[in-house]
Amino acid sequence: MAQGRREILNLAQGQDVIDIEITRHGKGDPLILLYDEEARVLETSLVDHLAARHEVIVLSPPGFGQSDRPSWIETPDDLSYIMLDTLEALNIGPAPLLGFSLGGWLAAEMASKTCAPFSQVILVDPYGIKPGGPLDRDIADIWFLPEARIKALKYADPAHGEIDYTAFSDEVLTVIARNRESFARFCWNPYLHNPKLQKRLHRITVPTLVLWGEKDGIVTTEYGKAFAAAIPGARFETIADAGHYPHIDQPRALAEAIEGFIGENLATA
Amino acid sequence: MYCWHFTEMPYPNLPDLDTVTSVRVNLPNKHFDPKLGADLYNRYLDEHLIADDLGLNIMLNEHHQTATCIDVAAPLSAAILARQTRNARICILGNPMANRDDPIRVAEEMAMIDVISRGRLDCGFVRGVPYEIFAANTNPTQTLERLWEGIDMCVKAWTTHDAPFNFEGKFWHKRQINIWPRPWQQPHPPVWITGSSDKENIREVARRGFTFAMFLQPHEKVKEMFDAYRESTIYDDPEEVRRHIAYMPLVATADTEEEAEALAKKLSWYLHAKTEPQFRNPPGYVPVSFNVQALKGAYSGRTDAVRQGGFEYLKEQGVMIYGTPDQVFAQIQRFYDRVGGFGQLLMMQQAGWLSHEETVKSMTLFAKEVYPRIREEYAFKPSRAGAAAE
Repeated sequence: MAQGRREILNLAQGQDVIDIEITRHGKGDPLILLYDEEARVLETSLVDHLAARHEVIVLSPPGFGQSDRPSWIETPDDLSYIMLDTLEALNIGPAPLLGFSLGGWLAAEMASKTCAPFSQVILVDPYGIKPGGPLDRDIADIWFLPEARIKALKYADPAHGEIDYTAFSDEVLTVIARNRESFARFCWNPYLHNPKLQKRLHRITVPTLVLWGEKDGIVTTEYGKAFAAAIPGARFETIADAGHYPHIDQPRALAEAIEGFIGENLATA
Repeated sequence: MYCWHFTEMPYPNLPDLDTVTSVRVNLPNKHFDPKLGADLYNRYLDEHLIADDLGLNIMLNEHHQTATCIDVAAPLSAAILARQTRNARICILGNPMANRDDPIRVAEEMAMIDVISRGRLDCGFVRGVPYEIFAANTNPTQTLERLWEGIDMCVKAWTTHDAPFNFEGKFWHKRQINIWPRPWQQPHPPVWITGSSDKENIREVARRGFTFAMFLQPHEKVKEMFDAYRESTIYDDPEEVRRHIAYMPLVATADTEEEAEALAKKLSWYLHAKTEPQFRNPPGYVPVSFNVQALKGAYSGRTDAVRQGGFEYLKEQGVMIYGTPDQVFAQIQRFYDRVGGFGQLLMMQQAGWLSHEETVKSMTLFAKEVYPRIREEYAFKPSRAGAAAE
């Protein structure tokens, strides 16, 4: 993936300032991108593909990438307000909002608060709701299961989960380790969901596409259908031969599905 | 110096360890036989009564969802022993405050035990080892914050005697706190905290005048941490500083070296208890810098070096102390000198398959042949502040 244009926004929050990392790729109509908890989408050709027609604006939420993590920020609900404030400060939108996995959850949190900055919402295998009862494991326990099992659940091809960390600099590894820590900090309990979100999803009133890797073993397609069903008029589509990270397993098919949806909505707008 | 008898109350009667992935967190409890459990609980409590008779103090701890420790509620064991022992001080080390739902309930339990025992409680608080995270479902990135907020709340509850007070913190909110009973010891039972590598946390322990304890670590590491405590201590009197520093090795005392080595081998069951790797390092439990090393394969948990060491290494490092009474005394002397001194020797004298008879023989030999020499060599001078520990 090509290097983007990186900037740090000093986002005012009352008396405090939170540094937020923003990276822009390509030129054109803006597209807001919230990456997965491992920021793996940034390794793929998907970003280049989207950047051919859009200015892809990648936001690092507090605790991820180079963004600050004030101790009072504890939940994806908290993160979503910071992300909305970031868009307002940058004067972005209405633009398509695209989020992957944790980024999809954040996108849903943001759009359920206000759709003003968004023309469309595209969620790829998001976490965030709990459709089942107390005894149901709606979301596989990624912090409890052995690493090999996680890879098998997460990827259509488990080899996609093999990463040689010794090839990275300490600087890169520090970001990876901090992203993992932040992910746990924000999502440990309630586990990978906000008990209120499912009841707020009806507030998303812009055209919405929910995309799901048909082999996602972390959150299954049944979960994805429940997610889409809570958003008025949302469309649900699956990506063949893809797991929880379709951007890693099937970047091209995913890019086509995303571009198709954006183009279709522009045409009817 | 004071010496304390300790067992984690293990349940060693497990299926072939090659057939299970872990004895902690996810080992199904169909492997726990309540009848055998009853025998074990009563046996371990009996050993604590024997420790009391032998003039040793008693240490208790708790863990959850693990066959290595079926004492899942140290306040329950402490309550039994508060009633059944006469002289021993009883140290809970500790209450896993970060993983408890209600610090005020802990304050009440401790006050009640302190009163029943007429002031023989030492009250430890621990952050909880990594695999405890899964049983408690505590956010692993917040355990230190929870530990200290819980301690603040508990100490305030012990020391407020005039009227209900208000505590609205980050993790716990109560508006009318007014515990009955209040503790026997004033201003409150001695507080102990454990640590292994976080120096800033050790300095906080020192600044509050609490006792700092380390378990089963190599002597150089122990000295480094004890030094951090000594640098920040609030005590001017070196005797008081020493009194507030504790160390725990595995200890086996026998008539012959060969016999002691056989006991040590049985004790080492504890060091080799199997655990799946992801239970040893949940995200955020250790700092980001440690996890950078983990990604490079250079770090896989806090206790790896100790677990992989052989017997000679463990003896050399002071993680295991075993031998004849002379040898045990000499090893304690050597360790004491290497780490710059300490005042409380917490002795894990039972682990794994070590039988009741073997345990009692080892404890008795220590109490009769080693302890008198320790009390003479490392006697505390009389001191008002430390009167409670006498």
